[in-house]
Amino acid sequence: MNTRVNLAGVELKNPVMTASGTFGSGAEYGEFVDLNRLGAVVTKGVASVPWPGNPTPRIAEVYGGMLNAIGLQNPGIDVFVRRDIPYLKQFDTRIIVNVCGRTTEDYVAVVERLSQEPVDLLEINISCPNVKEGGIAFGQDPRAVEAITREVKRHAKQPVIMKLSPNVTDITEMARAAEAGGADVLSLINTLTGMKIDIHRRTFAIANKTGGMSGPAVKPVALRMVYQVAGAVKLPVIGMGGIATAEDALEFIMAGATAVSVGTANFYNPRATVEIAEGIEAYMKDNQVEDLRELTGCVK
Amino acid sequence: MNNEVRQHKTRQEAQLLSQEELAPGVFSMWLEAEEIARAARPGQFLSVYTKDASRLLPRPISICETDPFGGRLRIVYRVAGAGTREFAGYRAGEPVTVMGPLGNGFPLDSRKKAFLIGGGIGIPPMLQLARELDCEKQIILGYRDHLFLEEEFAPYGPVSIATEDGSAGTRGNVLDAIRQQGLTAQVIYACGPTPMLRAVKAYARENRMECFVSLEERMACGIGACLACVCGSTQVDGHSHVHNKRICKDGPVFRAEEVEL
Repeated sequence: MNTRVNLAGVELKNPVMTASGTFGSGAEYGEFVDLNRLGAVVTKGVASVPWPGNPTPRIAEVYGGMLNAIGLQNPGIDVFVRRDIPYLKQFDTRIIVNVCGRTTEDYVAVVERLSQEPVDLLEINISCPNVKEGGIAFGQDPRAVEAITREVKRHAKQPVIMKLSPNVTDITEMARAAEAGGADVLSLINTLTGMKIDIHRRTFAIANKTGGMSGPAVKPVALRMVYQVAGAVKLPVIGMGGIATAEDALEFIMAGATAVSVGTANFYNPRATVEIAEGIEAYMKDNQVEDLRELTGCVK
Repeated sequence: MNNEVRQHKTRQEAQLLSQEELAPGVFSMWLEAEEIARAARPGQFLSVYTKDASRLLPRPISICETDPFGGRLRIVYRVAGAGTREFAGYRAGEPVTVMGPLGNGFPLDSRKKAFLIGGGIGIPPMLQLARELDCEKQIILGYRDHLFLEEEFAPYGPVSIATEDGSAGTRGNVLDAIRQQGLTAQVIYACGPTPMLRAVKAYARENRMECFVSLEERMACGIGACLACVCGSTQVDGHSHVHNKRICKDGPVFRAEEVEL
């Protein structure tokens, strides 16, 4: 049975990875899961300098999901390179570093700093507000998507995954823009912008007013977008959005995802990633699937 | 405080042994959870998971008492929303999924005379602390109106009570009780709502007392990964190198001077 998948020349032992921001750099989850069992660990977003993040409350639960506005709190690339990469290197798993920034220069600085590091792939979070363009997210304007992709690719030594925002009218337009800019892989979806009001306090449930929605409730939307994007570009796609079980992961794979990321499920089941990897193997065994790639995009 | 201990967290199905309502909306639950009961220290907490899959996130609830030899532990919680309302409906014999023990807990090494101050649903964790802290203790409990657990503190030291409505003890808050009754101590351990902790911190500074506070905040993972439950810290934190300590992992107990309340 072959569960290996290939992302831009990088082979993963299985298609299960973590979604950025839900798994730290793995250290907190190492007590619950064997990181060697994961196809890849995708780190929390790292910027060129430490970011303090947003005021609290930063999260709120909603029906079948949650909202978050953590604000990409992170220690910056220097601490990350010194502490988190050596930690992850202890394990036989691929390292994918998620990169965030407020300007093109921010992204480039991180990408360049990582060029000499033992990192397998870069994932670029383009849902951050672009401060030089009035705060609209890079990922919400196809020209900005293409431009940032091209600029990152010019400096990157590792293959580049562009992580798409679902908060757009037509996600295939953004996918094509990233492909035109030279992206190697696409990942989607980032969180859906949402809101919750605390009627007892008559205020927003999270300090940032709006937050990114994730969890099982967003899965049908995410699956639809993965299916659309997989049909619109030639690049491999990493599917995510509400995946909590092996069945969820298999839906994304059948819709065209080469690999899948598990995010919010880690918060309520720290063993979710490994259980999903095992569940995919069990499905393959039960259904005499010799190679996982037989399933990739099998539902047209 | 830099006492992040090597934790032995487990996520397990505990057995609900008994549940009772101590005061309107305040429930006490005894759980059989052997490993957690053995490992837990005063001031640590549990993540308690709901059975309704529409509510994803565990509820962080402080540990009120542990019985390591009996493999049991007790949580006392207030019904604050749909998740805790679900917990309040559980009956003896039901399985309850929990993870713990989480967080650092209170330091237990001081022998100085102590104030143990609990406010509202911050009272429960002070009970196990009262049992394990080896020193002279003055216990001060603040309530809005209905009392709970106050009798259970009696074996560990004198108990002063403050109620906002004046129905028992001093009318007012825990500091009103301390001042009116002329209570004194050298060190403070406190858990309660943020305005109370802010006032306790100011009192400790005025009186040059050592002070430990236990904080709460909405949490998602409970283990230090998601960065939802941070509080402002005076020193650069060890995780993100900003000024944000993680309440679930670096806390919930902090030296009062190291956090912004």
